[in-house]
Amino acid sequence: MQLGAFVILAVLVVGSAAGLILKRNPIHGALFLVLNLRERRRALPHAARGVPRDRPGHRVRGAIAVLFVFAIMVLIPGKEETGPDPLRGQRWLAVPVVGVFLLLSALILRSAALKGPGPAAHVPGGIEAVGRLLFTDYLFPFEITSFLLLAAIVGVLTLAKRKA
Amino acid sequence: MVPESYYVALSAVLFSMGVLGVLVRRNPLVIFMSIEMMLNAANVALVAFGQRYNTAEGQVLVFFVMCVAAAEVAVGLAIIVVIFRLRRRLSVDELSLMRW
Repeated sequence: MQLGAFVILAVLVVGSAAGLILKRNPIHGALFLVLNLRERRRALPHAARGVPRDRPGHRVRGAIAVLFVFAIMVLIPGKEETGPDPLRGQRWLAVPVVGVFLLLSALILRSAALKGPGPAAHVPGGIEAVGRLLFTDYLFPFEITSFLLLAAIVGVLTLAKRKA
Repeated sequence: MVPESYYVALSAVLFSMGVLGVLVRRNPLVIFMSIEMMLNAANVALVAFGQRYNTAEGQVLVFFVMCVAAAEVAVGLAIIVVIFRLRRRLSVDELSLMRW
């Protein structure tokens, strides 16, 4: 049952990712990204239900998607990929590069790191376990992240107020 | 229960598709969306390995990745808007100079 649901969601996730790459119109790409984020969240393991499926995380992803849609609406792009492509030959090189990456990933999947006993029955997760870790072992990275977000806010405001 | 290797495989496929999008597309907005997809593929792998090793640390790292992704998207889109104001075009092939 779980495996079937995972397969269906994985097909949706990969299909929406393909749509994001293949569609020329960026607004279609943004909608595929929203679908991708939503289905990826559903496909996560049950043990991770606490954080990646929670409301704050959901809001962050929604905010990112809304930011993309806003930017697309402001800029009204679409002509960037219609003209002649001076780097067309180089772009095809991306396919073998990605093929090599997938091959390496397949080797990792066959390695000993992912063999052996499966997951524990009661994996710690949820808001309580994550909050405890955030405010004990990961307090310093947590504070650094807050500074990073503050710097990002200041940077965005500076860029937005800049005269063209 | 779904084996973790399936999640890692899904993560690898998603990450590869993100790399493909970054390398093939010319629109910076789509490139940004592909980067976002790569970050989320890393999140899937983090959660899967966290489950395998019976720890919640993978989920904590997912939090950090989401915060960094939000900051990166906000700053990146602001830069794109400024570039569009200056040049009226968005093709990354024309953006070889950081200052002009």
